[in-house]
Amino acid sequence: MSTDLTVNGRAARVTAEPTTPLLDVLRNELDLKGARYGCGLEQCGACMVLVDGEPVFSCAREVGTVAGHAVTTVEALDGHPLRQAFLDEQAGQCGYCLTGILMSAKALLDRAPRPGRDEIVAALDKHLCRCGTQYRIIRAVERAAARLADGAGR
Amino acid sequence: MSATALPLSLAANPSPAKWVRFDPDRTVHLSVGKVEIGQGILTALRQIAAEELDVALSAVRILSGDTDLAPDEASTTSSLSIEVGGTAVRLVTAEVRVRVLARLAQRLNCAPDDIAVIDGAFYRGGQPTGQDYWSVAPEVDLARAADGATAPKPVAAYRVVGQSAPRLDLPAKLAGAAFIQDMVRPDLLHARILRQPSRGARLAALDEAAIRRAAGGALRVLRHGNFVALLSENETVAQRAAMAAPGHASWENVRQLTPAQQAAAWLVGQPSDDRVIGDPLPPAAGPVVEATYTRPYIAHASIGPSCALAELRDGHLSVWSHTQGVYPLRNALARVLDRKAETISVHHVQGAGCYGHNGADDAALDAAVIATLVPDHCIRVQWRREDEFGFEPLGSAMSVTMRAVVDAAGRPADWTAEIWSGSHVQRPAMGGNLLAHEALPTPAPDPRPTDPTEAAGGGGTRNAIPHYAIPGKRILHHLVPGAPVRTSALRGLGAVANVFALESFMDELAARAGADPVAYRLGLLGNSPRAARVIARVAEMAGWNARGKGGDGRGLGIGFAQYKNRSAYAAVAAEVEVDQEVRLRRVWCAADAGLVVNPDGLRNQLEGGILQAASFTLKEQVTFNATGVGSIDWESYPILRFSEVPEEMTCELVDAPEERALGVGECTLGPTAAAIGNAVAHALGMRIRDMPFTRDRIAAVLLQG
Repeated sequence: MSTDLTVNGRAARVTAEPTTPLLDVLRNELDLKGARYGCGLEQCGACMVLVDGEPVFSCAREVGTVAGHAVTTVEALDGHPLRQAFLDEQAGQCGYCLTGILMSAKALLDRAPRPGRDEIVAALDKHLCRCGTQYRIIRAVERAAARLADGAGR
Repeated sequence: MSATALPLSLAANPSPAKWVRFDPDRTVHLSVGKVEIGQGILTALRQIAAEELDVALSAVRILSGDTDLAPDEASTTSSLSIEVGGTAVRLVTAEVRVRVLARLAQRLNCAPDDIAVIDGAFYRGGQPTGQDYWSVAPEVDLARAADGATAPKPVAAYRVVGQSAPRLDLPAKLAGAAFIQDMVRPDLLHARILRQPSRGARLAALDEAAIRRAAGGALRVLRHGNFVALLSENETVAQRAAMAAPGHASWENVRQLTPAQQAAAWLVGQPSDDRVIGDPLPPAAGPVVEATYTRPYIAHASIGPSCALAELRDGHLSVWSHTQGVYPLRNALARVLDRKAETISVHHVQGAGCYGHNGADDAALDAAVIATLVPDHCIRVQWRREDEFGFEPLGSAMSVTMRAVVDAAGRPADWTAEIWSGSHVQRPAMGGNLLAHEALPTPAPDPRPTDPTEAAGGGGTRNAIPHYAIPGKRILHHLVPGAPVRTSALRGLGAVANVFALESFMDELAARAGADPVAYRLGLLGNSPRAARVIARVAEMAGWNARGKGGDGRGLGIGFAQYKNRSAYAAVAAEVEVDQEVRLRRVWCAADAGLVVNPDGLRNQLEGGILQAASFTLKEQVTFNATGVGSIDWESYPILRFSEVPEEMTCELVDAPEERALGVGECTLGPTAAAIGNAVAHALGMRIRDMPFTRDRIAAVLLQG
C-alpha cells in the first residue's frame, strides 16, 4: 500500500498507511522537518504546509487524502524573499512557530501580492506565537511583499 | 577586582581553558553554560567574546549547555544570563587576550601595549607580526585559574558590543530542522507516556489489548510501577496508542479538584508558611487605603510540547534535553535513577520557548527512565499538547492585598503588601520532583515547596516592595504549600501579579489624591533618577499630556518597575479601547538596561515580554476539572492572536552605557499588566482588579457601575 503525491515539486511515493497524518509522513518518512508538531488539533499552525497552494494543517490531514496533490513545505522556500524578510526584521524569538507562518504568508502573497496589514493579520490569525513576535512577523510579511512588488524576484 | 567579586559563573569555572579554545580553522571556540531559549543569548555572548578578543563576530563559534564539554553555569533563569554569564565571558576573554599578548610581547621583546589586535592578528607599530591568536595560544597556559583582575576593554572602545547583531540561530529555524524535536539517532524508538493523573494515584487496570488495537501497529507497553510508556518504531503508532491509553486505564487514589480551587481567592486562608519582610509594622496613623488584586494559574504554554532523547550504551546514559540547566538536570537524574552523575551526560538542544520551568526536565526523566529499561536504543519522548497543558508546572495563582497609610498630602506614608501564593520555584535543584519520579516503584518523597530567597530576588514576593520613596514598606508573605497543582517558575515569577497590584494601587492612590498618575509617581522618585527617566520618557512617547478625563471607552495607562528592584528599569504605557472586551491599540515602552550588548535583540525581548504580558492580562487562566487541569488545548486556553496585537508598539532604550548590563527578558511583564489595568480603569472609570480581563469581568464591573 502506497500513496503517490508531489512534494516540493518532486514525485514522492510514500509507504505509510493512508490514514497516517501528513505531518508524520513529511517528518519521518520524507525527512522534511520544517513542518512541526504543536498540537495535533489544527489549533496552532506549527504544522502548516500548502496543498495545491492552500494552507493546510498537516497534523490532522491524512496522507491518503492528498494523493495526487502537490504539497509544499518550508524547505521549498529557499531563496524566497519571505525568508530574507524575516531575517531582515529579525522576526523570531524561539522560532518554533515560524515555518508554519511562512507557509501561510507564502499562500497569501501568491494570492494577493500587495496585501494590507488587515489581510496579513487575517491570513496569519490561525497561527499562534507564544514569544510575542507577531508585530515583527507582520512587518516581515509587509517587507517581503514590497520586495516582490519591486520585482526583486524570488 | 578581588577573587571573591568574580561573577558566580567564573568563580565556579575559573579556568579560561574551560571557556575558550583556538581551533585550527582560525575560529575561537567559546563554551558556555547558559543556553538559548529564544532570547538570543548565544548571539550576545559571541558579541562579548569578539569584542574583548578583537576577532570577527563570525570567527566565534559557541557550544552551550553540555555536561561533558561546557562549564557549569547552573540554570538559565531570572534574566541573569547577560548579567552573570555575560560578565564571566567578558572577564575570561579579556584574561585570555592579556595572557596571549604577554607571551607574544616576551617573544618580540616588547611591551604588550605595543601590540595591536585586528581580526585576531597581531600588529606592532602598524606592521603585521605574522602572528595571531592561533599561532601564539598553544604556548600559553590557559588552564591556570583567572582571578578576574584583568580589566576588560573600556566601553568607549567597543565596536561590536552595542551594535545590533542578527541572531545566529534564526536562519536554521526558518529553513527546517532546528530543534530537539527534529533530532534523529540510530535505533530510535518513539515514546509517549500514559501519565499518572496525580501524585499518589495507583494504576488499577490497563487494557493493553485495547491500546494495541487503537495503535494499529507494533507497540511495546512498558510498565514500571505507575509509570507507563508506549513505545514504537513508528511515531504514528505511539501517538495513537497515547491518544487511546487514558480511556483504557483505571486509576485509584486520584486527587480530586474543584473549580473553586482554580481561583486565587482559594489560596487565602489556607495553611501557610508566613514571613514578614521589610520594615517593622507601623503605628496606625492616618487613613488606611486597601485593595486586593489577583491573577489565576497561568501556563507556560510553549508552542512546541516538551521532548527529550536518551540512550544507555555501555553503562553510560546520554540525555538530550531543552532543559534550562544541564548540570542541575544531571544531578536530578542521578538522584532519581540512583546512578553516579559521572555516568550521565546531558546535552542541551534547543526547543521552543519555555518562559520558565515547563515540561522540559520532566520529559528528560521520562526518556532516561525508559532508556535504562530499554538499553541500546535511542528513546525519543515527545509530549503531546495535552501532556504539556495537563502536566507542566504552572505559574502560581496569587492574591495580593495592598494596604497604605496615607499622609495629609495623599502620599503613601506606609505600605504593606500581603501575598497569598503557591511556590514560584520547584525546580529539581530547589527540592521539587521530576514528574515521573512520583510514578516509579519507589516514588519521590513529598516535595517541600519553598520560594527563592529575597537575596535571589524572591519568588511570590518579587517586586512587591515599591521602588517609590515611602517611609515604611513591608511584605506579609503567605506561602501556601498545599496549592492544588504543581507550581514553579513562570517568566517574572511573582513580579507579574505584584507589579500589576502595586502599580494599579498607585493609580488608585493618585486618584484619591486628585493627582495625575505620572506626576504622582515622579513625586515619589526623587532619589531614583533612572526610574524617573523611563517614566517621563514613556509618558512623552505616549502623549500623556493629551490624555483625557477617561470614562469614554478609551483609556491610557502606565506601569513601571525596576525588575527585582535591582535589575532593568521598564515603564510601559498602553492605550486601550473597551466595549465588551478590551482591545489593546498602542503600546510604548522605555527601558534602561544599562550597557546594551545587542540593541535589536534587546528590543525583541522587550516586545515579546509586552505581548506575552498582554496575553496573560487579557486572556489567560488555567481551569481545573474534577481530577486535574481542564484547559488542555488552545481552545480552552486561548492566548493572544495576531488579530489582537496592537497596531503600534514602540520600545525605546534609554542610553546608560556606563552602567552594568542588565537582563531584560522579564522586566516588561509586570509594567505591561499594570499599564493595561490602568488603561482599562481610565477607559471605564471603574477598575478591574482580577486578571484576566475577560468579557465576563468587564460585564460584571459595568453592572456594578
